[in-house]
Amino acid sequence: MTISGWAEVALTLALILLAAWPVGLHIARAVEGERTFLHPILAPLERVLYAAAGVDPERGMGWQSYASALLVLNALHFLMLYAMLRLQWVLPLNPDHLAGMSPRLAFNTAMSFVTNTNWQAYSGETTLSPGSQMWGLTSHMFVSAGTGIAAAVALARAFARGGMETLGNFWADLTRIVLYVLVPIAIVAGLALVALGVPQTLATHADATTLEGAQQTISMGPVALMEAIKELGTNGGGYFNANSAHPFENPNAWSSLLEMLLVFLIPIGLTFTFGRIVGDPRQGHALLAVIGIFVVAAVACAYAAEAHANPLLTALGVDPPQGNLEGKEIRFGIPLSVLFNVITTATSCGAVNAMLDSFMPLGGMVPMFLIQLGEIVPGGVGSGLYGLLVFALLAVFVAGLMVGRTPEYLGKKIQAKEVKLAMLAVLILPLSILGGTALSLVLPQVAASLGNAGPHGLSEMLYAFTSATGNNGSAFAGLSADTPWLDTTLGIAMLLGRFAFLVPVLALAGSLAAKVKVPASSGTFPTHGPLFVGLLVGVIVILGGLQFMPALALGPLAEHFVLFAGKTY
Amino acid sequence: MLRDLRPAAILVVLLTLLTGVVLPLATTGLATAAFPFQARGSLVARDGKIIGSALIGQNFTAARYFHPRPSATTEPDPKDSSKTVPVPYAADNSAGSNLAPTAKALIDRVKADLAAAGAAPVPADAVTTSASGLDPEISPENATRQVARVAAARHWPEATVRAVLAAHTRLPVLGFIGERRVNVLELNRALDEVRAP
Amino acid sequence: MATHAKAAAIALLDGPILTRAMADAVRKLDPRQLVRNPVIFVTEAISALVTVLGLRTIATGGSGGFALAIAAFLWLTVLFATFAEAVAEGRGRARADSLRRARTETLAKRLLNPADRALFEPTRANDLAVGDHVLVEAGDLIPSDGEVAEGMASVNESAITGESAPVIREAGGDRSAVTGGTQVVSDWLVVRITAAPGATFLDRMIRLVEGAERRKTPNEIALDILLAGLTIIFLIAVVTLVGLAHYSGTALGVPVLAALLVCLIPTTIGGLLSAIGIAGMDRLVRFNVMATSGRAVEAAGDVDTLLLDKTGTITLGNRMAAAFIPAPGVSERDLAEAVVLASLGDETPEGRSILAFARDRYAIAPTRPETATIVPFTAQTRLSGLDHDGHSWRKGAVDSVRQWLGGAEAPAGFTAAAERIARAGGTPLAVARDRQLLGAIELKDIVKSGIRERFAELRRMGIRTVMVTGDNRLTAAAIASEAGVDDFIAEATPQDKLTYIRRVQGEGRLVAMAGDGTNDAPALAQADVGMAMQTGTQAAREAGNMVDLDSDPTKLIEVVEIGKQLLITRGALTTFSIANDISKYFAILPAIFVAAYPELGALNVMHLASPQSAILAAVIFNALIIVALVPLALRGVRFRPIGASALLRRNLLVYGLGGIVAPFAGIKLIDTLLALTGLA
Repeated sequence: MTISGWAEVALTLALILLAAWPVGLHIARAVEGERTFLHPILAPLERVLYAAAGVDPERGMGWQSYASALLVLNALHFLMLYAMLRLQWVLPLNPDHLAGMSPRLAFNTAMSFVTNTNWQAYSGETTLSPGSQMWGLTSHMFVSAGTGIAAAVALARAFARGGMETLGNFWADLTRIVLYVLVPIAIVAGLALVALGVPQTLATHADATTLEGAQQTISMGPVALMEAIKELGTNGGGYFNANSAHPFENPNAWSSLLEMLLVFLIPIGLTFTFGRIVGDPRQGHALLAVIGIFVVAAVACAYAAEAHANPLLTALGVDPPQGNLEGKEIRFGIPLSVLFNVITTATSCGAVNAMLDSFMPLGGMVPMFLIQLGEIVPGGVGSGLYGLLVFALLAVFVAGLMVGRTPEYLGKKIQAKEVKLAMLAVLILPLSILGGTALSLVLPQVAASLGNAGPHGLSEMLYAFTSATGNNGSAFAGLSADTPWLDTTLGIAMLLGRFAFLVPVLALAGSLAAKVKVPASSGTFPTHGPLFVGLLVGVIVILGGLQFMPALALGPLAEHFVLFAGKTY
Repeated sequence: MLRDLRPAAILVVLLTLLTGVVLPLATTGLATAAFPFQARGSLVARDGKIIGSALIGQNFTAARYFHPRPSATTEPDPKDSSKTVPVPYAADNSAGSNLAPTAKALIDRVKADLAAAGAAPVPADAVTTSASGLDPEISPENATRQVARVAAARHWPEATVRAVLAAHTRLPVLGFIGERRVNVLELNRALDEVRAP
Repeated sequence: MATHAKAAAIALLDGPILTRAMADAVRKLDPRQLVRNPVIFVTEAISALVTVLGLRTIATGGSGGFALAIAAFLWLTVLFATFAEAVAEGRGRARADSLRRARTETLAKRLLNPADRALFEPTRANDLAVGDHVLVEAGDLIPSDGEVAEGMASVNESAITGESAPVIREAGGDRSAVTGGTQVVSDWLVVRITAAPGATFLDRMIRLVEGAERRKTPNEIALDILLAGLTIIFLIAVVTLVGLAHYSGTALGVPVLAALLVCLIPTTIGGLLSAIGIAGMDRLVRFNVMATSGRAVEAAGDVDTLLLDKTGTITLGNRMAAAFIPAPGVSERDLAEAVVLASLGDETPEGRSILAFARDRYAIAPTRPETATIVPFTAQTRLSGLDHDGHSWRKGAVDSVRQWLGGAEAPAGFTAAAERIARAGGTPLAVARDRQLLGAIELKDIVKSGIRERFAELRRMGIRTVMVTGDNRLTAAAIASEAGVDDFIAEATPQDKLTYIRRVQGEGRLVAMAGDGTNDAPALAQADVGMAMQTGTQAAREAGNMVDLDSDPTKLIEVVEIGKQLLITRGALTTFSIANDISKYFAILPAIFVAAYPELGALNVMHLASPQSAILAAVIFNALIIVALVPLALRGVRFRPIGASALLRRNLLVYGLGGIVAPFAGIKLIDTLLALTGLA
């Protein structure tokens, strides 16, 4: 680790904080239908959308209606993408005449993009046409991000007042988030990325003759806009197979910095949105502090691990100061590689600018553990906030009893129903992650997909189900994931991780919204301030993380000790 | 649920048109107008012929050129399309090695590369593959070790090569943003343009 | 609380109770009963599984010793959990036994005609129907709960309240309720039976303290769901470990997995949860308050608004003389002498306090002139006085005295004094002699000493106090500020109380109040915690969800504390239990994986002697911690009125951090002992 490396980390995090604050407040204004500076341009478009769809944006929805609207829209969107991927060969903007995807890969990919996971069992530049990348994947990145933010906003509203019957209008929430938040930022960021070197063209490739006279086919396409929304919506699905490590997705340190900023912009901003919606900014700050602690700790751990050279290579005569450079790009070095991957796995983005599979065991464990915590610090756009709130409820419930009152969070009493719904949501994680991993590892034909042997092989499989369930989408990419078993089970893991979590959360929102809001007093459990922050950190680690300890012990932890004992597989 | 079908279907279609068609096309238009070079892939030409992209690494094997990092990219095997063969810097199929730090394959590969790399200690980037397989850059340490070979192959004094290298070594902005690095294509192209002393 | 000390006679861990609890603990192993407690039920199922497997291994000639050792401690874990519950119940049962003695079968004298006390037939108490009238004479036990229809008697209620001084019960008014099992010590009563056999207050109390009617409280249910959820999570983690270990080339035996699972699931809180609930009820019982349900006790902890009657709770029962203020031109001494004469006819406590004040301050003895005619105080005239030698002295309410004076305008100085007294929260009385107004007496409510500090303490706990009084606003405001309450209801009618409760409940607050009269019943029923006085009417006792056997409304404050203590104990032990998991991972994981990856021995940070001793030590610690915490579960974690933040910080430090650290030490110690004794 170097001082300049940490300075880079500090600068990035500071810029993120600075940018996230106004964005968070803007989101709060936009979803509540308040006028923003964008209204003169976009309000007519918003009205047209409502009129065409026949929805009344003012009509409040109870949690069942809200959930139903959300699920129906996402189901249709899934079907549409599935059809587009299968029918790619007849659709326009396919100059290289690429074939349609196989049914199982199309299922996996459509599920991946509708759940905001963006797991890539395909290789972008060789499988998908610019058309598919645009109206198939890029449009999903907007809508799945909007869905997550809408659900988080609905939950936040449940804390705002007492005795409410509705959570807002899903159609209006989604439309407003897409129009007033995602589209404008994506355009500006997309153009900025082009300026930094990211292509945005309808051409699919350029043919070059190298100085040595060899031929090189250079793939390209409408990358910049997709790159912008991929980061902004914490989607993570890259235009290219190598994702943000590809020089066309991420040409230099500045683009890396901008992309990290975009990834954290909304998840961090939403803590400010939350503070504004519940009418107490300090509540948002407390959540932000929790996020900050996890992110800084994760960066420190991963940085320490990766700055250390692979001892096996050092023994062979490789110079150690550059750290563990296998699978990393020179322009990012260790600090930006570590920071980028911590940021994209702390959120559900899953973009990578270095190959996690080649990370040191503990360096790779950090992203995995961040996702296993529930993808909540700060997690995906929206999904992170509602996940974090679920843990906040559990933390308040467990420890809140210790002040001698029925626990309450922001004036809403947490009782049997809330605990039941929160546990239901939380249960999905171990069930899908550990269940999927264990089942896959005992099937001999599935173990053949592993790209590496020994404990690292277990890590690869564990990471796949962790990433799918956490809707992250990054991978220990040595795993050959396009197999019938993995396409299907990982698709199901993504489905569970997204919607089996989301529905109980909306039910929770409905139940909380209806409750009276108990006024705070000196007998109230204070949910801001360092004490609560420390408590929530502890509860997330113990309730969210510890159940994965045995699995991690057999994967990255074992590999770590084995590596330093000099073993190979 | 059923009454949600109509608004859902209409919104899906309209939002897809907006964010999947109008927006990408508009961005492409704006980008091409404002930043034509970058938008089209930062392509570099010599004598009117495209020799590559300033951002994409390419393979150099001749002694007179600086060599890039090893690359793990592959192409389908022309003999059997279900298999792949290693093709370094295949810019239409980016990929990393995805080898674990404990992978025997990694150790074996590095061993082989080290044998060709000269005296230890060897800079790490000379024997490790990048994440994309298309890394256009190497570390100054890696480049410096190649100066003698390049100079010998070109029958130049080492100082000349070293001067070109120094001119094309990029440093971190403000001393901490980014890394010290050398773009291999840019450096090799500059070498070719140097009038032989 | 000295008066309640008698109830604490049952020691925390009494010998006979423990003996009986041990037997009960075994009986409670019945899975049909245990299924109510998911964590312990799972533990029992696993214990059985490991036992069977261990025995089978031995039967087939294998070495099942380790499995059986684990099984033994898993069974012990279950047994300790049931034992904790049995001990808690045992303490209630001791109390129930003493209550049951009061229910000895007596023959009641059932009147054939309620109007005729002479004609009755002996009827067994159990055969009495609601509406029957019975005669109870001196020395008789009252056969069942009822309402006094006729007569007045002193009744010894010590069987219920533990208080031996007899109380008066009479027909009509607020002292008409009698309780079955209490004894008439003088005179007689005709009682109309109001409770069906088996549904009397005594029966209810017995069932309550025995825990027979114990239902899970809302909070307990929520906690149970959390614990069940955690159990499922760890079940998934442990079951899937089989697949992961298989890949890693190691086979994990069932006993080892069972040990891991039981150590991870929250057995500590799971085992103690019901004991904590029972003990909470028991604390209330020993405090001489009967709650009709655990829900009420829990609600008491949540209460954030206390409605307290002014008289008797905030102030001493009666107003007392505090000053004599002469009218212009009258000397203080003259006034004092006149006051004494005028007050000789006032037998009320207020009148007596005036005479006492005159004696203490002016050394005037209350001597009655021989030929004087006393005019006694009545509620109608609101005057007392004395006629002697052709002179008349009168003392009483200001308007009554002025009326007696013929409605003449009072001197300005007097009116000002009277107003000043009223503003200060006192009551002015006027004193006159022969048509001349002599001055005023200031009667004051005396706020109980220490009550102000008590309310400040409540405020720090986040509880608002509201004073309820029949006084006018002015008086009420003055007393309210002197006592330091947060709000008051002046000129309160029962309807006002009800309205107030509904309003603050609408704001999301929980309200507690005490009451005794029939017209308190609606408010008692509406309040989240309604504590009726044992001396109160049957209607009040049925409307509330608690009955205070000591009839002391100030106890409401302690009841709130007991409720909080119950919740705190649950939270503390849950936190402790969950925090324990960290150390158990460090004990068990290296032990079970060391075969697959010897390098994982590095995680054995406690340097436990061997894999087997590590696993056993964790399991043993997990079992022992339950018994070790039984006293805490029964006693409850102390509540400190230091505000939520400070309380939370303290408890998090003790039970959260302590929960992380303690098992490291405990497991290491047990492991060392196991290694020394060569047991593992």
